[in-house]
Formats: sequence, structure tokens, C-alpha cells
Amino acid sequence: MTATQTIGSAASPKGAAAPSPAADVAIDCRVEKIFYGNFLAVRDSHVPVQKGKITGFIGPSGCGKSTVLRSLNRMNDMITGFKLEGHVHFMGQDLYASYVDPVVVRRYIGMVFQQPNPFSMSIYDNVAFGLRLNRFKGNLDDKVEHALRRAALWDEVKDKLKASGLSLSGGQQQRLCIARAVATEPTVLLMDEPCSALDPIATRRVEQLMLELKDDYTIALVTHNMQQATRVADITAFFGVDISQGGRTGYLVEMGETKQIFEEPREQLTKQYIRGEFS
Amino acid sequence: MASNPFSAAAVAGAITQPPTGRDYLVDRSFRSLALVGAVLIIALMAYILYEIGGQAWPAISKYHIDFLTTSAWNVQDGVFGILPVIWGTLYSSLLALLIGGFFGLTVAIFLSQDFLPPRLAFVFRTIIEMLAAIPSVVFGLWGIFVVIPAIRPVANWLHESFGWIPFFSTSLSGPGLAPATIVLAIMILPTVAAISQDALNLVPYRTKEAAYGMGATRWEAILKVMVPTAAGGIFSAMVLGFGRALGETMALAMLIGNSNTISLSLFSPAKTLASLLASNFPEAGPIEVEALMYAALVLLLITLIVNIAGIGILQVTQRRISGKS
Amino acid sequence: MSEARALQSSLLTVGAWVVAILASIPLFSVLYMLVFKGGARLAPALFLELPPAGFETGGGFGNAIVGTLVMLLIAAAVCIPIGVLSAIYLAELNPDGKVAKWSRFLAKVLTGFPSILAGVFIYAALVLAMGTYSAIAGGIALAVGMLATVVLTAEEAMKTVPRKMKDAALGMGCTRTQMIIKVVLPTGLPGILTGVILGIARAAGESAPLLFTALFSNYWLSSLREPTASLSILIFNFSSMPFENQIELAWAASLVLVMMVLVFNLLSRLIGRPKI
Repeated sequence: MTATQTIGSAASPKGAAAPSPAADVAIDCRVEKIFYGNFLAVRDSHVPVQKGKITGFIGPSGCGKSTVLRSLNRMNDMITGFKLEGHVHFMGQDLYASYVDPVVVRRYIGMVFQQPNPFSMSIYDNVAFGLRLNRFKGNLDDKVEHALRRAALWDEVKDKLKASGLSLSGGQQQRLCIARAVATEPTVLLMDEPCSALDPIATRRVEQLMLELKDDYTIALVTHNMQQATRVADITAFFGVDISQGGRTGYLVEMGETKQIFEEPREQLTKQYIRGEFS
Repeated sequence: MASNPFSAAAVAGAITQPPTGRDYLVDRSFRSLALVGAVLIIALMAYILYEIGGQAWPAISKYHIDFLTTSAWNVQDGVFGILPVIWGTLYSSLLALLIGGFFGLTVAIFLSQDFLPPRLAFVFRTIIEMLAAIPSVVFGLWGIFVVIPAIRPVANWLHESFGWIPFFSTSLSGPGLAPATIVLAIMILPTVAAISQDALNLVPYRTKEAAYGMGATRWEAILKVMVPTAAGGIFSAMVLGFGRALGETMALAMLIGNSNTISLSLFSPAKTLASLLASNFPEAGPIEVEALMYAALVLLLITLIVNIAGIGILQVTQRRISGKS
Repeated sequence: MSEARALQSSLLTVGAWVVAILASIPLFSVLYMLVFKGGARLAPALFLELPPAGFETGGGFGNAIVGTLVMLLIAAAVCIPIGVLSAIYLAELNPDGKVAKWSRFLAKVLTGFPSILAGVFIYAALVLAMGTYSAIAGGIALAVGMLATVVLTAEEAMKTVPRKMKDAALGMGCTRTQMIIKVVLPTGLPGILTGVILGIARAAGESAPLLFTALFSNYWLSSLREPTASLSILIFNFSSMPFENQIELAWAASLVLVMMVLVFNLLSRLIGRPKI
């Protein structure tokens, strides 16, 4: 699959609609298989992402948690050889249906990456980027301020909006990226280990921010840090690695309320992971 | 306007919009345009071959392969051969490579192996870069008024004392192989130095460390470990420098004397393919232009082969050193 | 360490110094000649007057400066759009595809392409068709010569734009064109400009491609479709004349040409990072 699909004509989307998932599910992700070329990266992962909640993806490295997250807004399409079998339903549409353009998907489902990645332009322009991209007609200044406040960055940067986004500290850069992502008010926010490059204090700030944001946004969060999952995630999905077929294939081991996953895991593997027997 | 599969979210006041029809149109046209750009490079190369080959075709069918093996260049009788010119091209380029290659490699070692404090290294690097920036005609002018007068006494003394050695068998009356070669060597030095330096810098630090660990002196480390490890890259630097020398035009047209002779003597005038084109083309009639086009085709093919070889060697060795299959 | 080995090592070091200094001599000699021979004639008249004929005294090369600049402009106008577009394709759109592999390879081959052949090619393709030598033909011949430099440096420049920035743009829902125009080009601009200016610097000093495309003219430029003077061809022509006045002018023109090339080089260095 390439990322160059163009949007189809007005083919009726109804035909491919989901078998109506529960109303409180924002993204219903039913991955059967994800391949990179011939390599089976993920199998059998049904991960419904609940509306207005934070869903944490945890698991050892190589378990495919980032791959699954990045398939929710079709960022994986950029990787040659990527192929997904299964369905990802969002607003009654299969994101992988042939008439869906990944570019549109990414406008509705925002993303915050592992490494802070502001553009080399001013703080203001970074936040206004998405607004301009969506040809926003209203008052740009208000929206930029609102987004920066939302990302708890306004007080630190309000006097230097013209300064380069790259001049900020790592933690500030990550909050700038969050501001940039929320400025266009996407429906869902994907966060791929957003704190892994940050120091503990900056990490706490971003975690605080996530808790504030979940009133308005559905958040899916990949984290390598189990404490972080217990602190912010309402629901946790634990992924494991299956090495039985010779390769390293990730799969969903279990998913549930964070409290349940950490206190009474159903699966032996989850128990071992949470006890820190492997990572 | 393209349809929005998420129209459910397109409530009044929503910021998120799908790309407009214009966005898609721009996207598609821009990407096609970029593809056209990339294809143009391929087409350009093909067109160059086609155009020069086509112009040379009448001469090819008239003079066949004899063109390469005979020596006469006589416009009145319509007799053309470029053996002396091919000889002059290869001989001058090889001599220039001998000198320029040695200097270029030494400079590359000097600049890349911590002989100099950073500031001084910067000065030398700038000198070499400026050398690369001096236009060919300016080197030609400099060759006429500085190099020729400077080497003439030496050349003529060598001829008088050692005239029995084929290399010194003629005297230097003005323009000739020696001044042309010297200037050519200076002109390819920056190319050789730059590519060799890249090759030396590509050698992993641990390799050098290992050599020092075995108790090697600095020069033993350089000559027995660094240079052999970078040999592929250095070799391709030489090949590409040679390619540059083959096609160099103006300085040679001004310095080599443009004489249709085959001689081993360093002080004899000679002619190269490029200098032949430069000096004969502007005043040539149609018959001679055909022959010159044939000569241009020969130059094109020689430089293509040399450059492709150089680039090929470079790519293979870079891949091997950086550890990718 | 034995004394012989230490001695050998220091001798080689001395040898390397000698070679490096020898290699620097030509540059200083050239610069010395330019400043003293060329500088001696430097005066406003050079820029305002036309080249003198045989026995005339005085004169200048104003028309050659204009011609060189005009042809550089034509070369840039032809080369930059094609060069940057193909660099975009090579760096961003399909870097591993067949088209990209071939055009990257051929661009590398083209860097070592003798510039005189660019002249021969444009003579055959354009001068014969137009029926006249012209500034247009000269400019396009220069463009052929600088295309490879522009393509390869612009591709490198775009590749240095961090992957994560490109991902951020795509993650916001940019089409690939929007990503390239809004993020990759502005971020990679210094590197791209470096390549473009380096290409122009090289083209400024070129003469072989102009020999039989633009030819030369003793008059001011009045049309792009007629033979056009250039500094480098003026130097070439005057260097072989038996008149002191013309030789002096050749040196002065060399000084002006080298200054022009060095200014372009300096500019490209100031804008981008130094290379080599």
C-alpha cells in the first residue's frame, strides 16, 4: 500500500461501514495482521479506543505497540512494504478502505511524536501551521493563543512568539508540538512515547497536560514507562512478543481498565511483565 | 471538490477540513512536474548522445575506424585522423594525473590526519578550494605568462644535457606538453584531494586506533592501514581526476601548442581532443565540423567510460566500508 | 620505537609539509599576477568601454561583463527550476525508484562531463536550429554544465531536513506537496542556495561552453538572439594577441572574473555550511 492513494469519487461509504461498534468507541482497531514486506510485525490485536479516555499501550520493546498506534492515522503508509489486514473504524468509516485518503485521516487524527519535532519556524507559525493548512478563516491569533494555553505553554512563550520553535527546551518543544496538534481540534490525539526524550519534570508536566486534554480529546498513548500508564491511562492495552514463529511478532495479550491490568491481570505474561521480570 | 468520508465531523465551526480539490490538483501536478524534472536529466543525457552521435554520423560513415588510427588533418583534401590527438589527450592527462594525483593524495593525507591545528587546516583547505574556483582561462593566461617563462630555461637545459632521453628530446619553444601538464595537474589537484579526503575520513576511527595500538608510528599507520583501507576511494579519486583532465579545455588550448605530432618529449607541442575542438570549431566549414563532431563523440565516450568507472568504484567501496553488503 | 623508524616518520612529515606548501604556490602566484598585472589597469573605464581593436589603446570590457551576467541569469533561470524539481523527486518523492536511481547516477556522471561537450551539444541542438550564435544558446550551455551541481547539492540539502520534521508535517495531514513546500524547502533552503550559488560560481568561470554557442561580440548586447561577449572568451581571445594593451586587458578581465567567482563562492559559504 502506498500513501499516494487519491480520494475516490463520492462512492457510498455506507457499504463498507463498520458493524456499528459501541457508541463510546472513537477508533475501533481490529488488526488481523500487519506486515512489513514479508515480516509479520503484529497479529490479532483488537484495540477499541474509548471516547474521551486515555488508552495506554504498553509492552516490551518490539511488541508492535507503536506500529499499532501509527496504523490508527495511517502514518505507516510512509514505510515501503507496509500492509495491514483487518479494519480500523473511525466515524463509521474503515480508514483502510480504498476510497479513504490517508491525508484526510491525519487531519482528523492528530499525532504527537516520540521526539519533539517543531518545524524550524517561529513558535506562532508552528501553532498556526495546521490552521493555515486547513484554510482556517477566523481569528488566527485567538486560536494560536488558545492552543498554547491548552498546552500550558502560553505564559512561557507569550512574549517571544516570533522566536524559533527550535529555541525552546525539549519539554517546551514537546508542549509546542501538542499545541500544534490540538490547534486544529482533531477528534483523536495519538501520542507515541511523547515523554521518552524528556526529563522527569517535563514528563510530569506533559502527563498533567494529557489529563487536562482528555475532557475534549480521545487520547491513545504509547508508553514504555509502566508508572506513566498507571498515572494517566484509564484503559491499558498490554502487547507481547511472540517469537514462536521464528520472527518477532507483536500481539495484544490483554486489555482492560488500567487498575485491573496492573492489580489483577488475567494473563500470566502480563503479571510477569508488570512485576518487571522482562522488559 | 473531493468527498469527505468524515463528513459527520464537519459540523459548523469545525476547524478540520479535508484538503480542497485545489490542494489535490496542486499535489498531483507538482509531483508530476518533479518526475518530469528527474526524467529530464535522463533525457538530457540521451539527447546529448543522440545529438552528438547524429552530427558525427556522416563522418563516421565516411572515415570509419580509420579516423582513430590515422594522423592527417587536412581540410583541403578532406582527410581527417585523430591518432595524434588521442595520444596527446591520454599522454597529457596521464602525466597530469601522475603529478596532480601525488600532490592531491598527499594534501588529502596532510589535511585529514591531524597534522595541523584546526585553524591552519582551515587555511590550507581554503587554499585548495580557491584553487578549484579559479577559472580555466585564468590558469591558461597564468600558464602563458608565468609557467612557460619559468620552466623554459630548465627545460632547455634538460634538453641540451639529456637530449638522448626521449622525454627531453626536443626543446621548449613556447607552448608545449610540459606547461600544459603542470597547469592540468594543478587543476585536478582539488578534485583528487577532496575525494581522497572523503575516503580517508570514512575509515573508522577504531581502525586507526588499532594500528596505533600495535605500536605503529603515525606514518606507518597512515601508509600501512589508512591508505590501504581507503584504497578504493582514493583510486576512484584518481580515476575521476583523470576524467577531469581528459575533458579540460581552455587552459590546454592556450598552453599545449596545438600541433599534430606524436612525441614522447615533454617539451614538444601537442593537441588534445578538447583543445582540437576549442581551436578548430569556431572557424570550421561543414566538412570539418562533421569530423570535429566525430572527435567530440570520441571524447564523450572516453570521458563517459572513465567517469562511470570512477563513480562505480566509489559506490562499491563506500558501500563496503560503511558495512552494507 | 627504533630511531630509524622515528627518523623516517619525521622525514615523511617534513615531506608532507613541503608538498602542501608547493601545492599552495600556484594559487598565490595566480593571485599575485591578478593583483599586480590586472590591478594596474583597474579603472572605471574598463566597465564602461568596449574592447579595443588591434592597435587601439585604452578600451574596456563593459559588454563582456554584461554578457557574462546575462548568460548567467539565463543559465540560472533554466537550471534552477529543473534542478530543484528533480532534486525534490530524488530526495522526497521516490528516492529508491528506477527513475531516481538512473537520474542520480547520470547527474553524477554529468559532474565530470567535459564542459566543451556542453558547447558542442548546444551548437548541434540549438545554434544550428536558430541559425545564429546567441546569448540564449550560451546561457543554456552553461545551464547544462551547472545542472548536476544544483541537483546533487539540493538533494543532499533536502535529505538533511530531519525525518521527524517531515513526519510532523505528514502527521498534520499535509499532502506531500504541502510537506515539501511548507517544510522541506524552507528548512533546506540554505543548503539548496549553497548548491545553486556554487553552480553559478562554476558557470561564471566557464568558457569552453561559450566558445561556439555565444561566440563573442565587440559591441554592447542589444538582443538575446545575437552573438554575445563574455569575460572568459575575452580573456581567451586577448591572451593570444601580440599587443600589450590587450594582454593588460586580459589580466584586468581575469581579476574581475576571479573576483566574481570568489564572491559567489563566499556567498555560498556564508549561506550554507562549508563543504570539502
